[in-house]
Amino acid sequence: MLSITLTGLKLKNPLMLAAGIMGTTGGSLKRVAESGAGAVVTKSIGLEPKSGHSNPSMVEVDCGYLNAMGLPNPSYKNFQEEIDTAKEGDVPVIASIFGGCSLDFSEIASALRADAFELNVSCPHAHGYGSEIGTDQALVEDITRAVKDAVKVPVWVKLTPNVTDIKSIGLAAEHGGADAVVAINTIRGMAIDIESGYPILGNKFGGLSGRAIKPVAIKCVYDLYETLDIPVIGVGGISDWRDAVEFIMAGAQAVEIGSAVGNNINIFNDISSGMEAFLEEKEWTLDDIYGVAHEV
Amino acid sequence: MKPVNAVITKIVDETPTIRTFYFDTSFEPVPGQFVMVWIRGVDEIPMALSYDNAITVQKVGHATSALFELEEGDSVGIRGPFGNGFDVKKGHIVLVTGGLGAAPLAPLAEKAGASGIKVTTLLGAKTKDELLFRERFEAVGEVRVATDDGSIGKHGYVTQLLEDAKNYSQLYCCGPEIMMKKVLDKVVPSKAQFSLHRYIKCGIGICGACCVDGLRVCKDGPVFSGDILKRTEFGVYRRNECGERIKV
Repeated sequence: MLSITLTGLKLKNPLMLAAGIMGTTGGSLKRVAESGAGAVVTKSIGLEPKSGHSNPSMVEVDCGYLNAMGLPNPSYKNFQEEIDTAKEGDVPVIASIFGGCSLDFSEIASALRADAFELNVSCPHAHGYGSEIGTDQALVEDITRAVKDAVKVPVWVKLTPNVTDIKSIGLAAEHGGADAVVAINTIRGMAIDIESGYPILGNKFGGLSGRAIKPVAIKCVYDLYETLDIPVIGVGGISDWRDAVEFIMAGAQAVEIGSAVGNNINIFNDISSGMEAFLEEKEWTLDDIYGVAHEV
Repeated sequence: MKPVNAVITKIVDETPTIRTFYFDTSFEPVPGQFVMVWIRGVDEIPMALSYDNAITVQKVGHATSALFELEEGDSVGIRGPFGNGFDVKKGHIVLVTGGLGAAPLAPLAEKAGASGIKVTTLLGAKTKDELLFRERFEAVGEVRVATDDGSIGKHGYVTQLLEDAKNYSQLYCCGPEIMMKKVLDKVVPSKAQFSLHRYIKCGIGICGACCVDGLRVCKDGPVFSGDILKRTEFGVYRRNECGERIKV
């Protein structure tokens, strides 16, 4: 009842593991796949091994989580075996990749075998990468086109909310040939230790995730759905089935779940059964609620 | 949680390379739980609680070196306690330690001893001066010692003392991974618990940096039953900060 076809990929449900969560080892991706996720997205993978920012790299704040991991990753040259292990979980495995220019992106994408690629042009705290690229329409379009030319599988572009107008960046991805956009990455944020005056994160600032950002993400998804012809994948602050339903009503064809996995690794099963019960009770299908907020 | 400000109230030299830092805050941990210790401006590192209000640290890298520069009255930021801790079984328990591995096991010994459980400790270190918490283990039961250089006790690895340990209800082990793997290979896996060390970033089960295959050391662990570890990369390879596989 929850199965969908997303950019040509068959998913048993529209609930995916977000990038950067339990995504470094094939074993952890497989575990999440076996815990009920419809698909899993890997940690963002780059050209060279990268150790990331110094700790603290993630802390819980009143309304969510702040993180500045700094894109730690083992490089695409050491990552295919992790993807292959993740595939044993029997759901689509999407490789999240990042780079500094279109050449980086196409080099990485053409070397990895995955069911789809998610382009990270939205990490808010890695100098020279992520949102430093993802706020530039021309670059986003170039990078998307370069990856589309390099691979045969679907290409999704993950957008940053740290822009004046997310719709224009979404359009740039669409013009570049993206099969879907993913919205949103974290929102720039910071916390300071009042005992000492030190910014808490090793990188001083980072990105906010968790419950607090859900209304921001819902609005971004709503706007992108109105503007784009390609599907929108919603992410940001989902922690129960009601949140997932809300994203789909806003216009998300599928959703990704991140921070909430920390406290509940069975969240994918919990949300699927919650959604199924809700749809049954309302006598609705997924299709009925998809984008319904635009029609009422 | 954000880091809690913890003021250092006392510093004790345990061995030439190991110090205990006592704080003004009690974390009321289950033995085997850990905290994330933020040395401001430097780094944040996972450390086992060796007392309700203390961590015991070996100087091994830039963060621990910075910690060794701190004095009584200075403070650090602490998140935690995190992780599961040891599952204390009744009967006769055997503790197997190597070096700093005695830190999370000493509070376990004391808790078990206080509730009438028989505790035998196999205490290992490189050399006599580096034996950690010998008196704490001796206060609750029998202690057998092994040192790599033979300066005291059995000359060799602590794993060689395992033959003497019989009829125990549960074995608890913490030390270098190679040593723990040797122990795992010698015991009934379901009767042994191991406290693992991995590079930990978030500490709260989200980022996945500390995963041993699918197991999160920070959240599902750091203590795992041997029968679970048997099916994993434990003892074969670990991951560095980048997530690359490094042979153990």
